[in-house]
Amino acid sequence: MKDFAYVSAPDVATAVRAITEPGAKFLGGGTNLVDLMRQNVERPDTVVDITRLPLDRVEELPDGRIRIGAMMRNSALAAHRLIRTRYPMLAQALLAGASGQLRNMATVGGNVLQRTRCPYFVDLAARCNKREPGSGCDAIGGFNRNAAIFGASESCVATHPSDMCVALAALDATIELESVRGVRRLPLVGFHALPGDAPQHETAIAADELITAIELPDLPVAARSRYRKVRDRASYAFALVSVAAALEVRDGVVTEARLALGGVASRPWRAHAAERALMGAPATEESFRRAADAELAGAVAQSQNAFKIELARRAVTATLRQLHLPGGAA
Amino acid sequence: MADIRMRVNGSIEKLDVEPRVSLLDALREHLGLTGTKKGCDQGACGACTVLADGERIVSCLALAVQYADRDITTIEGVTSPLQRSFVRHDGFQCGYCTSGQICSAVGMLTEHAAGAPSAVTGDLATMEIELTAEEIRERMSGNLCRCGAYNGIVAAIEEGIR
Amino acid sequence: MRYVGQPIDRLDGVAKTTGAARFSAEYPYPNLAYAALVHATIARGRITRIDTGTARKTPGVLAVITHGNAPEMKPAPKPNQFDMSTLAAATSVNYLNTDEVYWNGQPVAVVVAETLDVAREAAYLIEVEYAEYPAAVDFAAEEGNARPQKSTMLSEADGRKGDAEAALADAPFALDLRYTTAQVNHNAIEPHSTTAYWDGDHLILHEGSQNVAWVRDHLAIRFDLPKQNVRVISPFVGGAFGGKSFVWPGTVLTALAAKVTGRPVRMMLTREGVFRTVGGRTPSIQRVAIGAQLDGSMTALIHTSVCQVGRTGGWSEQVTSVSRHLYDAANIQVQQNLVGMDLLANTIMRAPGESIGSFALEATVDELAYELGLDPIELRARNEPARNPLDGKAFSHRLLMECFEEGAKEFGWAGRPQEPGSMRDGRWLIGMGVAAAYHPAWRFPANLTVRLSDDGTVLIRCGLHEMGMGSATAVSQIAADALCVPMAAVTVAYGDTALPDTTTAGASSQTASVTASLLAACAKLDRAVFTLARKTPGSPLRGLRRADVTARDGGLYNGSRGESYHDILRRAGRASVEARVGADTRLGEIADQVRSMSKFLLDRRRWVKAACGAQFCEVLVDSDTGETRISRWLGVFDVGRVVNAKTAASQLRGGIVMGIGLALTEETLVDPRNGRIVNASLSEYHVPVHADIPVIDVRYLDDPDPTMPLGVVGIGEVGVTGVAGAVANAVFHATGKRIRDLPITLDKLL
Repeated sequence: MKDFAYVSAPDVATAVRAITEPGAKFLGGGTNLVDLMRQNVERPDTVVDITRLPLDRVEELPDGRIRIGAMMRNSALAAHRLIRTRYPMLAQALLAGASGQLRNMATVGGNVLQRTRCPYFVDLAARCNKREPGSGCDAIGGFNRNAAIFGASESCVATHPSDMCVALAALDATIELESVRGVRRLPLVGFHALPGDAPQHETAIAADELITAIELPDLPVAARSRYRKVRDRASYAFALVSVAAALEVRDGVVTEARLALGGVASRPWRAHAAERALMGAPATEESFRRAADAELAGAVAQSQNAFKIELARRAVTATLRQLHLPGGAA
Repeated sequence: MADIRMRVNGSIEKLDVEPRVSLLDALREHLGLTGTKKGCDQGACGACTVLADGERIVSCLALAVQYADRDITTIEGVTSPLQRSFVRHDGFQCGYCTSGQICSAVGMLTEHAAGAPSAVTGDLATMEIELTAEEIRERMSGNLCRCGAYNGIVAAIEEGIR
Repeated sequence: MRYVGQPIDRLDGVAKTTGAARFSAEYPYPNLAYAALVHATIARGRITRIDTGTARKTPGVLAVITHGNAPEMKPAPKPNQFDMSTLAAATSVNYLNTDEVYWNGQPVAVVVAETLDVAREAAYLIEVEYAEYPAAVDFAAEEGNARPQKSTMLSEADGRKGDAEAALADAPFALDLRYTTAQVNHNAIEPHSTTAYWDGDHLILHEGSQNVAWVRDHLAIRFDLPKQNVRVISPFVGGAFGGKSFVWPGTVLTALAAKVTGRPVRMMLTREGVFRTVGGRTPSIQRVAIGAQLDGSMTALIHTSVCQVGRTGGWSEQVTSVSRHLYDAANIQVQQNLVGMDLLANTIMRAPGESIGSFALEATVDELAYELGLDPIELRARNEPARNPLDGKAFSHRLLMECFEEGAKEFGWAGRPQEPGSMRDGRWLIGMGVAAAYHPAWRFPANLTVRLSDDGTVLIRCGLHEMGMGSATAVSQIAADALCVPMAAVTVAYGDTALPDTTTAGASSQTASVTASLLAACAKLDRAVFTLARKTPGSPLRGLRRADVTARDGGLYNGSRGESYHDILRRAGRASVEARVGADTRLGEIADQVRSMSKFLLDRRRWVKAACGAQFCEVLVDSDTGETRISRWLGVFDVGRVVNAKTAASQLRGGIVMGIGLALTEETLVDPRNGRIVNASLSEYHVPVHADIPVIDVRYLDDPDPTMPLGVVGIGEVGVTGVAGAVANAVFHATGKRIRDLPITLDKLL
């Protein structure tokens, strides 16, 4: 790890000023950045520690929206009563991520900005367009069992590893960004980029911007939601496929549906096509499968990950089924 | 170099470390507290688990400077009946992951007592979650044990909560 | 016996639960320096340029060692079966004494610096260029280049009884199946670590090792020292599983770095460094073919394997060993094959051979049972041999069917519907599977001393190893019983070449090996003490014969007449009495080795010895996603006498947990384009976590093997055998799908 200057920012104004130094990076819980620095994937000159910023609360706004401070720890957010009761899929997504220790460290803002876990990204001996633009992609034609099935390009097939963001995408969360230039808000859906021919550009955040908050809309359907994560061991592993879903059924007909997939693209994948297929359809296994099919029609496999298309289809169907018939038989 | 202070196992320690020094290396190499173990140095095994103000964290991904003025407890500062239970239930073999398992278990029990849910909690609304073996296993899954002493660890924790 | 067999807490329990136990990277030295490796990024070739300029200029860097400036080291000795320590070289490469690269990850430079962070940063700053050579790194593609493996004294690579191919062709029922298993790695949680310093021409090393004497002997050769000038200290080893049996590059290079800098040097490999410089378990391709009569009796059993070895070294696994011993087939053919690869030397890992060989064999037997409409246990009963199937040798002890019977009863085996896919609980498909566990029993020479002091305490000095087996605890129990003293009076000094050379902690042999010598030494000591007592004026034992006297309560007595060891030694004016097993001269050592080797071979001609057992597994398979969870496990074992009921159960469980990893989650991904391990981390290499492991019920029959010391048969490895087979069979029972490729990840079940 390169030696660096360390600045601990007491307030947002100091933080966003400090980040304008060339080679400066924000440091949150460190669970991703410190690991990448140790592997020399990241080599900042200055590290601006933002963990002492007073952005660690969940507030209910007068209009019913929820504002989550970006320095809130993942574990604290998952344990928060408002999140558990009003947005269970978000609590479940957070709890499905990493381990108890890492959730105690990782911040909400940092979770949004997680880097891919593609093994070639962290191996400096490998070619990776994301790490070193123009060098090539060793995942294509290499080990890509856990690569993207949506939105991949010839330059990159990496996925975004966050669980939390999958729920946030389904919930239509908003990201608040602040810099010396001011404050702006962006929808989380679309915040993460598809690789195209520039996979090094991962999100819409500018180099000098700080995530200060995440806002959730007041969304009654979210109270009936769940997050399902499918992975290679029972816990403490990244998703092969995950599903965040909320479902409202009246008189046997779907009246509202929210669906997003994780582990399938360089962004949390909001399943708009599936949502459209569900709206107004009878709440049956058949409809759930059709909705999954509608979304997965656009999926494209790499050499080793065709199974993820079928897995996603089944995970979506199963998650909707379980939401509709909780505790019901398979 | 940064001059920092940190309360470690109850006593104030002064440390003069580069910002890149992890809390784990500060404990092991600077303070000689080698009870905290390095297994992967990237947050993937839990062997380096310590308590920061009572919360369990992995010290390998923590920079020491970030934890200036915090209260750190390592296995050397833990006095818990869990330690005897680990011996009684053979909750370890080689002993290398043990410090992390015990610190993690102490932190996990605090989290549970505060009503924190886990990925296997059925009813997220309740704050009174029964700490079943399944709950313990999920909550302890951030601590790998390659000797496979998982049964003994869970039994030791179950004894600890009775 | 008062202690043997009891569930006694580990003696090092307090040390390990308080952080007091010191591992090899935890010895403080003044002026300690830190070392870091630079790894090659090509599979095969030659270094054409290595730029260390920036690294050298980095403040805090003490030395950058490359092939351009490294002191000369002697090459590794050629492996020789008669001198076991020559087997210690993990690879034949003379590290940093060559510009050639033999595997992707080979160390090409070492940086030594004042701090760990400086060493690692400087290692990053070194630039290496290579001329690449063609390399064979794709195991699947190299299958056709495999050649028959040579047999050795320790391991037979082939065997034949009758004409198995002809019998297979003629059999009314025949299966001929192909299996593959992935490379896996030990991943002990303690990364390989060395702290080394030179005191003049003496080298002192703290090193987590399964064989301190091998490390000493090997380093003595490499650095051209008399072996008494090398001391290896290793009281605690943070997990090993075979991965710390041999001497890997990090150990040699830390000693070299200490020599170059004149400083004590510590090097703990990074996790990636462990993957790149310490070999794992070979992948395998196996064929198992069984021919049977309608009643299930086997007429033909063929088991062949292809494994890899690195071109610079690698252990040849006894993959087909289980097929030599388990079933009474009329015709048997086993053949192991190897293909040389330009990859890091593979090495022994918990039950090398039997772990993966039993998967293929036991899955085929299960498939045959279904084909024949027989209960898989009944099929095994019909083929249970009275003598070793391949050569008719006698079994020293074998209660395999008893294990199956007890297990079936306890597990509720008979109550299950045999039809696959017939059990379900909500979204979970339920399946039950069974498989045989089998691991040969070994015993090697072990030296030690037992000293009785006039305060009544007993000190055992032996260079044994503690990687979590509870070795010292077991030895204390045995000694306390043998000498009739309280366990608290016994101390075991171990893990140090300053102690008598004991034996390797491998092949599940350490306890049996040490027990034989320990019992012999205790008997010697008893005779010496008695002789002392009966000759000492005033002793109440004067004039008695040994037969008239019993040892009890820390002394020797004839009824109420007698006295404590303390009094015997005091009366005789002796501070201590010591008994020794093993020579202390080089000549005596050689004589001992020849004697023990011939005894070993004689023993092997007479008996087939093994631990065995029955593994019962219940799995849940998610009917939507194919996620597989183990919901119940029962292992019933015949492991001879159990010395410590608590630690023995833990070892068997630990083997089962590792087997579950082998079966379901673990796979080292080697890029077929360049031989580079792609998932060299614990986040991408999936060791089972807490949530993967249910309660594992372990039982044993506790029936001593009459041919082994104290009846002890090793328990360290048998637990992992049969596990993957039982899991695969249970997955079939749940889903109707036969997965013949490990690990059984969910994609194979969709």
